[in-house]
Amino acid sequence: MTTLLEHRYRAGEMHRFLAAEANFVYLPRAGAIFALDAATADVLGRLRDAPVAHGDLAAALTDDGMSQADAEGLLRELRLVGLIEADHVVSPVALVDSPPADFPLQALVLNVTNQCNLACTYCYEFGADKISTQTGKPKYMTPETARAAVDFLLDSAKGRDAVHVTFFGGETLMNFKLLRDVVAYADAKAAESGRRVTYSLTTNATLLTDPIIDFLADHAVGVTVSIDGPEEMQDARRVYKSGKGSYAVILPRLKALIARHKTRAITARVTLSAGVTDVVAIYHHLKHDIGFHEIGFAPVTTTEDGHDFGLNGDGMRGVLNGFHALADEWLDHALRGQMHGFSNVSETLSELVVGTNKSHPCGAGLGLLGVSPSGDLSPCHRFTDADEHVLGHVGSGVDQDKRADFLARGHVGAKYECTSCWARPLCAGGCHHEAFVRYGDTGHANLHYCDWIREWTDRVLAIYGTLAVRNPQFLERFADRKGLS
Amino acid sequence: MKHLTPLNAKARRISADLAAQEEDVVALQQAPRPHVPLGCSLSFSPGWEVDATGGTAGLCQPVERDLYDCYVTCFWPVQVADHVNYSPDWASNCAAATKDWRNLDIVFP
Repeated sequence: MTTLLEHRYRAGEMHRFLAAEANFVYLPRAGAIFALDAATADVLGRLRDAPVAHGDLAAALTDDGMSQADAEGLLRELRLVGLIEADHVVSPVALVDSPPADFPLQALVLNVTNQCNLACTYCYEFGADKISTQTGKPKYMTPETARAAVDFLLDSAKGRDAVHVTFFGGETLMNFKLLRDVVAYADAKAAESGRRVTYSLTTNATLLTDPIIDFLADHAVGVTVSIDGPEEMQDARRVYKSGKGSYAVILPRLKALIARHKTRAITARVTLSAGVTDVVAIYHHLKHDIGFHEIGFAPVTTTEDGHDFGLNGDGMRGVLNGFHALADEWLDHALRGQMHGFSNVSETLSELVVGTNKSHPCGAGLGLLGVSPSGDLSPCHRFTDADEHVLGHVGSGVDQDKRADFLARGHVGAKYECTSCWARPLCAGGCHHEAFVRYGDTGHANLHYCDWIREWTDRVLAIYGTLAVRNPQFLERFADRKGLS
Repeated sequence: MKHLTPLNAKARRISADLAAQEEDVVALQQAPRPHVPLGCSLSFSPGWEVDATGGTAGLCQPVERDLYDCYVTCFWPVQVADHVNYSPDWASNCAAATKDWRNLDIVFP
């Protein structure tokens, strides 16, 4: 005679949310989103305070009118998905696993120069929190180094049909001649093996000219402009060395860029800092007065004391309130089938569509590397020219030991505080660079914005749930969105 | 799935994975009617068996089913996972052996 163990169930790890008067659940171990029916919500409600025995749960369900077979089927379904689990199960410790040494590279960020014609007061490359050690190093990347970088990228991207090159600085357009050479060289080199290269650049827009705009449009180079908003906000910190603001210089150039360049979306990247927190006003200025397709926002990176530009708690609260207001607008647009340009929703939503479950916060050191003007490799552009973070050289390849150390530190399983957080599949502890500036360790969780991340993720989940009920076709538009951040 | 509706790609993969487990292996006494291969017993009771080659791959029932019975009813406590001291959760995902036997995993003492 076979006897069965009497299981007692507790609720599994989950984040529940309501949207459009329906019940949903987000499963952090998988990154999965499910809608719940009333019977499931009922079972989870019974497990809210304490574990309940299998037989008692089944009996309660049959008392409510469910057949024995249906009750057993429901409990089995919930158990297999992980919404309920036996109460004596010990959750496995998160594994800190490394990718293979030949993990194919997908993107390089070429720091074509570390020089800049602006002197933005919050800049992580030159400002108070800089980690780069530029003394004695080349200021501009040479064509030889750039070509070696392209060769390194194509050699290291085995199995990929397309790779990506991002041009970065300093101010990227201070070395536009190199950029032009790299595009010609990389296109030809990739074509030899039947592959493609796509391009993007980040610029402060001060040096845009009509011929440059023509080139960027003709070669479908994606353009991200670092800009902080209307004139008074832009000129608060995005200034020349003389202290003069840059808004008046860039405005006509941006209008020319947006009017001419139609092959890729033109996006604005706003750095929020003390006094520059009115995201609604900034968004509408950049979207409607200037004409950017998308606008993304990020708080300035700074140390604990924040200097004079860091955002304190009140500042962050104001930013989040603004985010919520723009999220309302985003959802209104989506319910009408229209795209809204607030990319902080679009980016998070596209990760939720896929069910992203990150081992690391971003591709740095995995599919993406930064290249300094001298050809040194770094995890990403934010570590360029920082001796402590060099991961090899384009000529000699990746230093696998240093890369493995970087990735082991940055793995979400190595961040104790993250292991119990439901938002970890998308956050994974946050930016490696910000962690280093703030805590002195690239593998430290960015604890200063945990609440912020959870609140924002919950908000985008609610948008997701609302669309799943009221306009599910709209979500399909995000299935193929490629996020390169 | 009857009670959960998958809403993103990862949820749909989980759903497909679970659907693939349904009905791909039929135990002897599994509903809707007893499934009785030629030469096999209808009873669902433990016993150590080998196939014609001396292995377990050719058995008409999964060997895990026998293991499970030993584990629960202590037929051969030395040869199965010890649910008293070292592996209390070995069968925690196996509420019904006929359905969930594949959740029983190897134990390394």
